[in-house]
Amino acid sequence: MTKHTLSVLVENRSGVLSRVAGLFSRRGFNIDSLAVGVTEDPEVSRMTIVVDGDDYIVEQVNKQLNKLIDVIKIRTLESSDSVSRELALIKVNATPASRTEIMQIVEIFRAKIVDVSKNTLTVEASGANEKVTALEDMLKQFGIKEIVRTGTIAIERGNRFIKAGNSEE
Amino acid sequence: MKLTGAQVLVKSLELEGISTIFGYPGAAISPFYDALLDSKLKHILTRNEQGAAHGASGYSRVTGKTGVCVSTSGPGATNMITGIATAYSDSIPLVAITGQVQLDLIGRDVFQEADITGATEPFCKHNYLVKDINQLPRIIKEAFHIAASGRPGPVVIDVPIDIQTQTVEFKYPQEVEIRGYKPNYKGHPQQIKKIAEAVSKAKSPLICAGGGVISAKASEVLTKLAERCGIPVVTTLMGIGAIPGSHSLNLGMLGSHGVYSANYAVNNTDLLILIGARVGDRALGTAGKIAQKAKIIHIDIDPAEIGKNVSTTIPVVGDVRLVLEALLEIVKAGETEQWVSMVKEIKEKRKKPVDSQTNNVNPRLIIDRLSQKLDVDAIMATEVGQNQIWAANNFRAGKPGTFITSGGLGTMGYGLPAAIGAKLGKPESTVVVVGGDGSFQMSMPELGTIKQEEIGIKIIILNNSRLGMVRELQKNRHNGRYSQVFLDCNPDFVKLAEAYGFNAERITNNTQIDSALDRFLADDRTYILECVVDSEEATV
Repeated sequence: MTKHTLSVLVENRSGVLSRVAGLFSRRGFNIDSLAVGVTEDPEVSRMTIVVDGDDYIVEQVNKQLNKLIDVIKIRTLESSDSVSRELALIKVNATPASRTEIMQIVEIFRAKIVDVSKNTLTVEASGANEKVTALEDMLKQFGIKEIVRTGTIAIERGNRFIKAGNSEE
Repeated sequence: MKLTGAQVLVKSLELEGISTIFGYPGAAISPFYDALLDSKLKHILTRNEQGAAHGASGYSRVTGKTGVCVSTSGPGATNMITGIATAYSDSIPLVAITGQVQLDLIGRDVFQEADITGATEPFCKHNYLVKDINQLPRIIKEAFHIAASGRPGPVVIDVPIDIQTQTVEFKYPQEVEIRGYKPNYKGHPQQIKKIAEAVSKAKSPLICAGGGVISAKASEVLTKLAERCGIPVVTTLMGIGAIPGSHSLNLGMLGSHGVYSANYAVNNTDLLILIGARVGDRALGTAGKIAQKAKIIHIDIDPAEIGKNVSTTIPVVGDVRLVLEALLEIVKAGETEQWVSMVKEIKEKRKKPVDSQTNNVNPRLIIDRLSQKLDVDAIMATEVGQNQIWAANNFRAGKPGTFITSGGLGTMGYGLPAAIGAKLGKPESTVVVVGGDGSFQMSMPELGTIKQEEIGIKIIILNNSRLGMVRELQKNRHNGRYSQVFLDCNPDFVKLAEAYGFNAERITNNTQIDSALDRFLADDRTYILECVVDSEEATV
């Protein structure tokens, strides 16, 4: 099983998310992550969906998503031709003794401390999925209280872009 | 012109050319029913909302128009769900209008509230919850466009009661613009060329015609193609009628419940041409094996069907009729004489003699005899179970759209209301429904609809006092441990018919078939013919 990233433009209407999510569950497709947000056109939202599966599954996901009336356009993003990022907020136990070490790790990962209390630090990290996971692994030793991850968003490199109209390159 | 939402619904239906709708009133749809009084639309009051959806489906299948069914909110709409799912499985264009509780009460679990757009999402082509009266005309226009275009299917419009009473300046849109929905009708010329090459090289080509051939009105061009290129044809359950039942190249229905000649051809072809067929498990459960030996061409309007259940050598996405017309212009016949004469011979040799046991009525024999007595325009609807297969394998459809059955979902209780819809759509045709005692009883209250509408439906009940197909399954798969398949205390169907004022009779052996069928078909009035069938009778 490999991971595939789909960039999906959908009508920004109520019910779209449930249509897409429902389709995945009833067709037995596995969603790794799904991130939704509005695009430069307020009537259009973009979903970035990371799917676990072989080529057959990805083709089926593509075709079945295309059948949804509210789905405008789908593109499978190749990792070599796209930039992908994920944002994570990690709340980790921090004692006066461990605080410095945590901050060093955070620095190495070019992450940020965004909140501090007597016995916790909250770290904001962004990067490719693997980087966030690596940071999480490093922080586990201190005791992670809570993690919030956005799921991957991705955009194509260079001049290529996906738009709802026909002005696609 | 200012109209209420209810009037907009009625007026839009008229503008869409709808003349007959099927439904059942209730509180949340009451403004619509009020507006209906001022319209010429004919409304058929069914006895259950499921019957309304099935009726609209049967109507659609014989007229080629989009069927319309209406229900109230909550239980009315949930009753209709099975009909919507049935239409979805068989790609039948429907527009289902459901009442909904008022907008600001949605989500509060008020009386007769159910989330119908949520519930129908998995088995309708699209659905709408109308939240703004100004959007209503556009939504109706889009719904009809989506239902009938591309791969047809049901579309649900859920209309809160306050939307039905609000007013709007009515202007029905002429065009639709849905950027996420642009069906591709014209097949790719390069792919069609490839088909032509493959056909001319094939020694044992075979066409598998599905329901898509009928909905695309491609039967004529398909028959021409088969004749010109010498290609035998097998049909799926939904494809029955795609080529006339008596055509010499028609090898019959394939699949687990099909006939030997059709399955022989499928297993020995070197080029399987799937046309408007979705490679369902009951039809082509061994598609993978076939693909190892044969090239597979798949022509379908729905790109998602191609490659879903079988890998394809030459895929073509497009309207089946347009693709076949383009193909017919360039295709040259291969050398198939040997193959054609071989499969024809097998068809003759393996034709099961219909045995004339005299203890009971042989269900195959009565369908066969009935088929001989019906004219080419006659329509046969079936229920689901053994009756469906007996009918499918022994009825010779004269024309496309004359065999009406729930192929995909396999919905018991479909046949009777679908037959009502068919009769209303084609009043001049004889409409016969074949059911078992089990499935007939699922929609039996629709006899009331027949009485009220004063239409003539010819009803055959093949009564084996069993849920026959399940009984057979339990015999074969569960060592004959029969569980809940006995219907030995069925009502007296003849007396039941009398209660509705219908003619009826019961026959118990094969010698009675001919004269009974003559009485059955003598006039255009409803007639129930109950046939006592051996409880151990096999399906195939």
